[in-house]
Amino acid sequence: MATHESSYQPTTPLAKWLDQRLPVLRMMHGQFVDFPTPRNINYLWTTGALLSFFLALQIATGVVLAMHYTPTAADAFNSVEHIRRDVNYGWLLRNLHAVGASMFFLAVYIHIGRGLYYGSYKAPREVLWIVGVVILLLMMATAFMGYSLPWGQMSFWAVTVITNLFSSLDSIIPGLGTRIVQWLWGGFAVSGTTLTRFYSLHYLLPFVIAGAVGVHIWALHVAGQNNPTGLDIKTASDSVPMSPYAVMKDVFALVVFMLLFAWFVFYVPDYLGHPDNYIEANPLSTPPHIVPEWYFLPYYAILRAIPNKLLGVIAMFSSIILLMFIPWLDTSRVRSAKYRPVYKWFFWLFIITVIALGYLGSKPPEGSYVFWARIFTAYYFLHLLVVMPIVGVTENPKPLPRSITEAVLGKSGPVGVGAPAAPERR
Amino acid sequence: MASHTADEPNRRDFIVIAAQAFAGVGAAVALWPFISQMNPDASTQAMASIEVDLTPIKEGQAITISWRGKPVFIRSRTPEEIKAALDVKIADLSDQSARNDDLPEKAPATDANRTKKGHENWIVLVGICTHLGCIPKGQALNDARGDFGGWLCPCHGSHYDTAGRIRKGPAPRNLEVPPYDFISNTKIKIG
Repeated sequence: MATHESSYQPTTPLAKWLDQRLPVLRMMHGQFVDFPTPRNINYLWTTGALLSFFLALQIATGVVLAMHYTPTAADAFNSVEHIRRDVNYGWLLRNLHAVGASMFFLAVYIHIGRGLYYGSYKAPREVLWIVGVVILLLMMATAFMGYSLPWGQMSFWAVTVITNLFSSLDSIIPGLGTRIVQWLWGGFAVSGTTLTRFYSLHYLLPFVIAGAVGVHIWALHVAGQNNPTGLDIKTASDSVPMSPYAVMKDVFALVVFMLLFAWFVFYVPDYLGHPDNYIEANPLSTPPHIVPEWYFLPYYAILRAIPNKLLGVIAMFSSIILLMFIPWLDTSRVRSAKYRPVYKWFFWLFIITVIALGYLGSKPPEGSYVFWARIFTAYYFLHLLVVMPIVGVTENPKPLPRSITEAVLGKSGPVGVGAPAAPERR
Repeated sequence: MASHTADEPNRRDFIVIAAQAFAGVGAAVALWPFISQMNPDASTQAMASIEVDLTPIKEGQAITISWRGKPVFIRSRTPEEIKAALDVKIADLSDQSARNDDLPEKAPATDANRTKKGHENWIVLVGICTHLGCIPKGQALNDARGDFGGWLCPCHGSHYDTAGRIRKGPAPRNLEVPPYDFISNTKIKIG
């Protein structure tokens, strides 16, 4: 699929000259214009383009905000207010950046859910999937450090709590965790020193993400895109050129997503934040109820569900690291959950679990909230470690269509072009 | 689509052009905040004018104050310095424009046009050499003041007279007179 014949024809003398020296236009044409795209991909396949857009937007707005932001404990809080009140369009740029982070995570969770449902992690896309999980981790690190920058109460205590996770290592080697935490802080408590280094890394990591996205797209274009049937492209009639078909679909989805984005940016820019972050950081007083941003709530719920400090931290980190092993935890021959009548139910149970954990993460750690957080935490891990391997073996999948074309057009489609339903490559 | 552009343009062509134009205008509009954010912000604009009390400045003394981040020279001129400035013929000046922000571009560079009526002993100038932006010497009493008793730019040797007009050296224009007003006999408001 990656080695399809590109229809690129340089037309101008300059393009011909360039093509013989640096065939970058040929590559762009082959990868993004006439790249064969499965003809049956649905709107869930537009999230990749959405994510690229949000990465570019976060970098563009971030670079501009950095021109006005001051990463010191004394001035950080006021410089954010300065951006919102004094800088020309600062209110807009800051809202785009802050809400953009939330939209970025919303899109990435839909993107991951899409991959999970349609088995996009299965051979030959394991590396593609693992790179994706690495990008998720980088995004989380970037978002966490970005959240520290306004230097409000939530910023300060989020940094304190999350960096203190490493102090749990003290229960393995006494003193190790404390040393690591002090190294992260550059002191004996979270301070302006911590803020400045987080600012530096917050500026750096998006470019690392951009590099990882390049690798992600490279791996994608080696294997080709998955699709709702999970079948490979076998004949020309199974695919359409990326442009205009997939590109216009991406653009339309982007416009629709922008409506939601714009509604937040222009009407409720602070809805997704926490009011306590408009109180300047005070190292001597913790707010009565601290919560992370909404996109971290499920992990936070897992952390709090486990009564042991070290085990809670391990569970929280493994909930993400485990995702890397899904290509091997899922034992099914069939990619798409569309043809997996049993697994499909477990998939939705898993989605409900994640949403429930998100809800519980926003609640105080007491009473029945703790009980339910434990139940759903248990299922989160059971799903990945037990349900996926067992259901993949015991389940009797539905018959697959012979080809993508047949799935779209039915048996009356072009005949004689499809190969017999071959088992998937592994 | 390229195959039938030579023919009669059809509806598809129209839709494509309209969509591209719409997207292009949208992109250009979206770009504006990213450019405009670098303009002086509201907190900078709020500092755009300042008031200066002139009472501590004795005859023959000068002070330098900061206005919009730029040095502003305020000198209380002696009668000899005023006379020296008045005696200059406009035709002898290399820059004959008053360069006074309160006066039109065409106003001649007379001493009257460089000062305020009734306050001719005061000269107020933006202390930035019009050559390449250095700050001329001549404010402190023991500074070199150049051949014309005003200011001398140490970078490339531009000589200014006691009305801040360029007389010798590479600078192309007279020192700028900022917009200012006497709000009392001993107080000015710059900006």
